[in-house]
Amino acid sequence: MCETCGCGDPEIVPIEVQERILSDNDAQAGHNRSHFKGLGVLAINLMGSPGAGKTAVLEATSKAAAGRLKLGAVSGDLATERDADRLNAAGIVSSTITTGSACHLDARLVHHALHHFPSGDRDIFFIENVGNLVCPAIYDLGQAANVVTLSVTEGEDKPLKYPVMFQKADLVLLTKVDLIPHLDFDVAAVEDALARVMPGAKMLKVSARTGEGIDVWLHWLEERRPAAVDRPPEAHHEHSHEHQHEHH
Amino acid sequence: MHEYSIVASLIDRVQHEAALHGGSRVHRLHVKIGELSGVEVDLLKTAFDTFRERTICAGAELAIDTVAPAWACPSCDRSLALGAILRCDDCGRPARMVQGDEIILERIEMEAPDV
Ligand SMILES: Nc1nc2c(ncn2[C@@H]2O[C@H](COP(=O)(O)OP(=O)(O)OP(=O)(O)O)[C@@H](O)[C@H]2O)c(=O)[nH]1
Ligand SMILES: [Mg+2]
Ligand SMILES: [Zn+2]
Ligand SMILES: [Zn+2]
Ligand SMILES: [Zn+2]
Ligand SMILES: [Zn+2]
Repeated sequence: MCETCGCGDPEIVPIEVQERILSDNDAQAGHNRSHFKGLGVLAINLMGSPGAGKTAVLEATSKAAAGRLKLGAVSGDLATERDADRLNAAGIVSSTITTGSACHLDARLVHHALHHFPSGDRDIFFIENVGNLVCPAIYDLGQAANVVTLSVTEGEDKPLKYPVMFQKADLVLLTKVDLIPHLDFDVAAVEDALARVMPGAKMLKVSARTGEGIDVWLHWLEERRPAAVDRPPEAHHEHSHEHQHEHH
Repeated sequence: MHEYSIVASLIDRVQHEAALHGGSRVHRLHVKIGELSGVEVDLLKTAFDTFRERTICAGAELAIDTVAPAWACPSCDRSLALGAILRCDDCGRPARMVQGDEIILERIEMEAPDV
């Protein structure tokens, strides 16, 4: 008997599920995580508003890490390949995930990009998410850490307005700090806002323009790299899977 | 708007459960959405109303249970006031979210003679 809508149908039954609606994405993200582990690569989900300086930070990171670390990146882009072109020009092996109208990357898109990625020997693999301060945070991609860029031109109250994004962040990069002298931006106010939405709030000030803070950021990354034990190199397309991958 | 992709996952899941249980028509779905989940309840409803037609959820109601956020200290269990600095006053450890980020399918009410 349907107890809720009173339709009188004798065969209505409640089926208990109690599971995350995005459990499929979670499972796919877990699979991506095992790829990253097998490759011995540190995967970073880089998020932030459109134009916050995600690509610029990666360009500056590449410059600072030149000769020391092999960097890779995939960029979620609505329609163009501009970011991947910029990153390749900066020495980061990169490909584009064309998202069309989607406002975020999900684990399946990243998995597909990973299987088509031109290099399997990267030390750090950046996933430049679609510029958006809301939904990218909802989708686990299999990353080791979430990093959110917040530029000084966006205002100190952004963490309070978009708490979900900042709550899930392992690190916030305050970008374009070279502009602070020209703005009326209060660093202490953004630190206070962050402390109210992000447990163990951690923020680094960087400028892709001047290179300020990039060394500290690089150090943060290096500390998180998986220990370089003698792992058998995982050939990217040859590893065995129980399931099928559609390669389109 | 990611609420559409959440609804797509939701309907897929319901379809799967229906197949498992030999279910046909779905009457009602109960979901739990945290206020800090990043999902807007109104947008979720609109997306569901748009997407449910011509699926197993056609005509079904979406009952949404919202969950207020709560934070506590992971070591001494002290709860923190909303809007406060997310660090325990007593022991200084970063707070942990106790609830408020749920995006959960709790229950499906459907016509399922096999159960
Ligand atoms: N002054 C200054 N400008 C910067 C800095 N970093 C980025 N910009 C400028 O900010 C704009 C956006 O930078 P991008 O790196 O393309 O930002 P993004 O976050 O990758 O943008 P989307 O991928 O389109 O969301 C560009 O015009 C950059 O020149 C910086 O450190 N200082
Ligand atoms: Mg970019
Ligand atoms: Zn009914
Ligand atoms: Zn989205
Ligand atoms: Zn795979
Ligand atoms: Zn405590």
